[in-house]
Amino acid sequence: MKQSKRALIWRFLKPYAWIFALTLALSMANTVLGSLTPQVVRVAVDSILGGEALPEVVTALLPASVTQARPMTQLLCAAAFLLAVAVLSGLCTYGSRMGTAKGSESFVKSLRDALYRHIQRLPYAWHVEHSTGEIIQRCTSDVEVVRNFVTNQLLEVCRTVFLVGFSLAVMFSMNWRTSLIALGFLPVILLYSAFFYSKIAKRFLTADEAEGELSAAVQENLTGVRVVRAFGREKFEVERFDKKNERFASLWIRLGRLMSAYWGIGDLITNLQILTVICVGVVQTVNGEITLGEFLAFVSYNQSLVWPVRGLGRILSEMSKAGVSIDRLAYILDSEPEQEPENAQTPPMDQDIVFDHVSFSYGEQSVLRDVSFTIEAGKTFAILGGTGSGKSTLMHLLDRLYDLPPESGSITVGGVDISQISRPYLRRSIGMVLQEPFLFSRSIRENIAAVRPGASMEEIRRQAGTAHVDEAILEFSDGYDTIVGERGVTLSGGQKQRVAIARTLMQDAPVLIFDDSLSAVDAETDAQIRASLHDAKGSATVILISHRVTTLMQADRILVLQDGRVAELGTHEELLALGGIYRETYDIQTAAADRELLLEEEGGESDGNGI
Amino acid sequence: MAMGFDDQEYTKSFDWKSWKKLLPFLKPYRKLIFAVLALNVLCAVIDIAMPLFQRYAIDEFIETGDVAGLPGFAVLYACVITVQALAVIFFTRRSMRIEMSVGRDMKRACFVHLQTLSLSYYNVTPVGYLLSRIMSDTNRIAGMLAWSAVDILWAVFYVLGVFGAMLLLNPGLAAAVILIVPVISLLTAWFQERILRWNRRVRKMNSRITSAYNEGIMGARTSKTLVIEEQNCREFEAVTQDMRVSSVKAARLSAVYIPLVMFFSSLTTAIVLARGGWLVLEDLLLIGTLSAFTSYAVGIFEPIQQIARNIAEILSLQANIERVMGLLEQKPLITDTPEVIEKYGTAFEAKRENWEPIRGDIEFRDVTFRYPDGNEDVLSHFNLKIPAGSTIAIVGETGAGKSTLVNLACRFFEPTSGQVLIDGRDYRERSQLWLHSSIGYVLQSPHLFSGTVMENIRYGRLDATDEEVIAAAKAVSADQVAAKLEKGYDSDVGEGGDRLSTGEKQLISFARAVLADPRIFVLDEATSSIDTQTEQLIQQATELLLRDRTSFLIAHRLSTIRKADLILVVRDGAIVERGTHQELLRKKGYYRDLYLQQFREEQVRMA
Repeated sequence: MKQSKRALIWRFLKPYAWIFALTLALSMANTVLGSLTPQVVRVAVDSILGGEALPEVVTALLPASVTQARPMTQLLCAAAFLLAVAVLSGLCTYGSRMGTAKGSESFVKSLRDALYRHIQRLPYAWHVEHSTGEIIQRCTSDVEVVRNFVTNQLLEVCRTVFLVGFSLAVMFSMNWRTSLIALGFLPVILLYSAFFYSKIAKRFLTADEAEGELSAAVQENLTGVRVVRAFGREKFEVERFDKKNERFASLWIRLGRLMSAYWGIGDLITNLQILTVICVGVVQTVNGEITLGEFLAFVSYNQSLVWPVRGLGRILSEMSKAGVSIDRLAYILDSEPEQEPENAQTPPMDQDIVFDHVSFSYGEQSVLRDVSFTIEAGKTFAILGGTGSGKSTLMHLLDRLYDLPPESGSITVGGVDISQISRPYLRRSIGMVLQEPFLFSRSIRENIAAVRPGASMEEIRRQAGTAHVDEAILEFSDGYDTIVGERGVTLSGGQKQRVAIARTLMQDAPVLIFDDSLSAVDAETDAQIRASLHDAKGSATVILISHRVTTLMQADRILVLQDGRVAELGTHEELLALGGIYRETYDIQTAAADRELLLEEEGGESDGNGI
Repeated sequence: MAMGFDDQEYTKSFDWKSWKKLLPFLKPYRKLIFAVLALNVLCAVIDIAMPLFQRYAIDEFIETGDVAGLPGFAVLYACVITVQALAVIFFTRRSMRIEMSVGRDMKRACFVHLQTLSLSYYNVTPVGYLLSRIMSDTNRIAGMLAWSAVDILWAVFYVLGVFGAMLLLNPGLAAAVILIVPVISLLTAWFQERILRWNRRVRKMNSRITSAYNEGIMGARTSKTLVIEEQNCREFEAVTQDMRVSSVKAARLSAVYIPLVMFFSSLTTAIVLARGGWLVLEDLLLIGTLSAFTSYAVGIFEPIQQIARNIAEILSLQANIERVMGLLEQKPLITDTPEVIEKYGTAFEAKRENWEPIRGDIEFRDVTFRYPDGNEDVLSHFNLKIPAGSTIAIVGETGAGKSTLVNLACRFFEPTSGQVLIDGRDYRERSQLWLHSSIGYVLQSPHLFSGTVMENIRYGRLDATDEEVIAAAKAVSADQVAAKLEKGYDSDVGEGGDRLSTGEKQLISFARAVLADPRIFVLDEATSSIDTQTEQLIQQATELLLRDRTSFLIAHRLSTIRKADLILVVRDGAIVERGTHQELLRKKGYYRDLYLQQFREEQVRMA
């Protein structure tokens, strides 16, 4: 398990590993440069001001003109050296910060892209099983946690470990006894900080949840405002809100107490360590074991150590969260995407479609039972069935949104089993309009031209015209450039369906499926659309799913599906003569029923035409 | 319209008036605030004193070689750091208390005020907008006041204190350090503004990525049938590329800013070292003092940056304040007159003892009405008498304005001119709560609150016993809903009742209305398809509810329409026909068309 986590991160990190390596190198260089300042101060204090001999390193590196110059000149040189170090260190800082930014942004981009791409490729069944909110949560929050882990926490840990190691090495080289004291405090500080943070983290979680609850309570009140007003429950609502609000505030106030203890005690330990080092250092300096300059350098190294170690404690306790997030992302990325069959075929699709003894179930629930029928090429085929009769499932199987498991019959087009046909080719050849179509939040034009982004305006308008939505679109103030969805205009159900029809027509597919896709359009417009579709369809095979008899009766053949079985199959006339479900539906929906009703209501007087 | 509610409108000029509006929220905590300020000053003083300890150690112990005073020094040092730790503890606690209390009070004020605002306000204001006023804006205001404003104070004190200390130690050397301050301040201010701006952009990008994921997932089926996955991926990659570029740009600003500040910090150290070292050589300065100076010169940078950074942040807080205050200053469209409040009380403190019982006669007298955001009258000189106990059905197409009459009768809106009389008196002579307490309301998409089935039904009458709740549920067959659930009446219905189907929610909201036993009943029938069995239960429940009450039905079902005492037919916002079912059918007008269409659709649904 551990291995796979590391492998997952490495997969996305690898292309940018050199950036991170460079970043790390630069920040290490920065640490080394930073350690020079106390050394300069030390030399200045001991040798230039204190009159002791310059250390060998300095005399070896610098020309005699400097080492033997007057103290004032030497001071200026030291100052100049400090500035030079500052410039170098500034460049390193810039480099490592930019490296971190570039590396981390590239890493997170490739991770996001891979997630999105993978989600697009996952089978439809996977999408049905998982809630949108949860997947989004993973793709946003968890990605953020992983990014933080890789780019901040990992780097920070490396940096801090190096800083501590390097500073300690320098300190030990100067004076091992005081260094031991300084070192002794570090584990205490680290553990203290890690311990507290793991404690605080839990409280943070509860406090965050309380905020979520409060927010949900407010949202409910606002969305239910009519109910609140209608029952006159303002006071009750305020009392309920007060409870949650109070809880939220008091949880944070309690968290504040814990944090105050953490900060206060942490400061105290840190300062005690500094105090100890100063006192011991003073005694040693007075005893002549170290020079004054060394003492000063020592104190400043020590101080530069303490804070990163405290931070390290926090980071270590937070890093544990990353494991969970990586697992959650791995779950998505490891899900099996849709597979292409080997030697996928691309046979002509303007052929007969045959469902042969097809059975299908969603888990335990059986939906289709031994269904067999043929849809003749170029003809119009209609399906009638109640809710849950399995009519949409038939179409999902044909479009391979679901794959037919082995031993449950077969679906063939022109004799070729669709499981052997290339999936994109199959879907591109089948234009399917769904009952509740999804429009993307872009312009109407872009929505219609989704399958052919380069399509000309004339063509887009022609298809919109066929779907009888052109006029409605032109009535919007931005016409075809009107943005739909969240941030734009809300289309009515019927308008959406018609835009979706136009979008599917752009596909110019040899097979067209209308899955109850005119349900939100009134009967008259429905008829007009069907008429123009009839003219526009050309040689395409059309499959209609509908509740409206007026729609069904125009088909060459009609299938009545009941409880996953073929109940009736034939032409309009044949089915009428059969006197079954189709006949019943027909009778209810035709004008005869209206006449009867009016007779009953008005006591005999009627003109009988309906609408 | 949604565009008007886009966040991030940004006022630039400082406006003292907005800030003054915060004072009432701070006033109750002024003792705490003073304590925090005092503790911060204490912290600053200690922080300033710290380098002096080091100076003393060097000058008094190391330079003289006499460590006799060291134990005393250590004890004093330890005392000071203990005091500092205590100050930090006390200050943190109090700051947190201030933040949370002020935030809580502001949230409460907003929430209470929202309960008084008219429904028309809700019609034009997205819930998300209100939610972020109540939650995020108040959180930010309280947080910034309790921490950032206090940080500034600490930093200002510290910087001034350090200046003072340096000037006392050596004025000449101090001047060199102080000269750097304006440079750093300007630098920080310049960068800070840009960094903030880019960060806002990055946040916007982030929400674009989130909605791209949302679309990619919600539209998965459509993408598959259209085979546009590849195209979606490319578009998504363009967005993430934008994000990458913006983030790197934002990072570049800090990557330039931080080394620059560090460079100036080193420059100061270098000046102090060269100039101070010379003073030491000339015996004008003790070496311990030089070391203290170096500490100051380095230590002063962080606070200066902090001041500049926090000032920029606090200035941007003005936008949050304006948004919250804008909400609090929003005037309710419908208010009770002071005389009415005097007699009947407010929505929060009702004087029920003065309430007259309500019979349920409703009369529209010469009512003309226009929606506040509309530009034409939807009713003009409308007259209608509804005797108590009768049923009024309102029919018409979606969006034709069927709710207008209901909105007026319930006083969710008031007539532009004319009167609505309840039991013979203008309803403006009584309080809103008086009327609302007598109305039962069942919406087309019924709204339940998260909580149990029991709690939701009890919403109709808060003091009802469990037995009464169950009796009400039985009366409308909502007990069947409860029976199907795992924990019966104690089952959680989920946020907004999500765990129940629309039909089930409807039955529970019927039970809620039955329990309230209102004199006036409003039912907005559901059009969405509900299974046949539930549909029948709902019809029975409806009949029960209509009995003996004055009711308004926004009707879709033939059975309810037919049984109404009066049918109003609405088209394009106006009432075009009125009469009984028989009368209207005989008229062969618009009603008849609607009726036949409805009939057909109902048959299709049953099929």
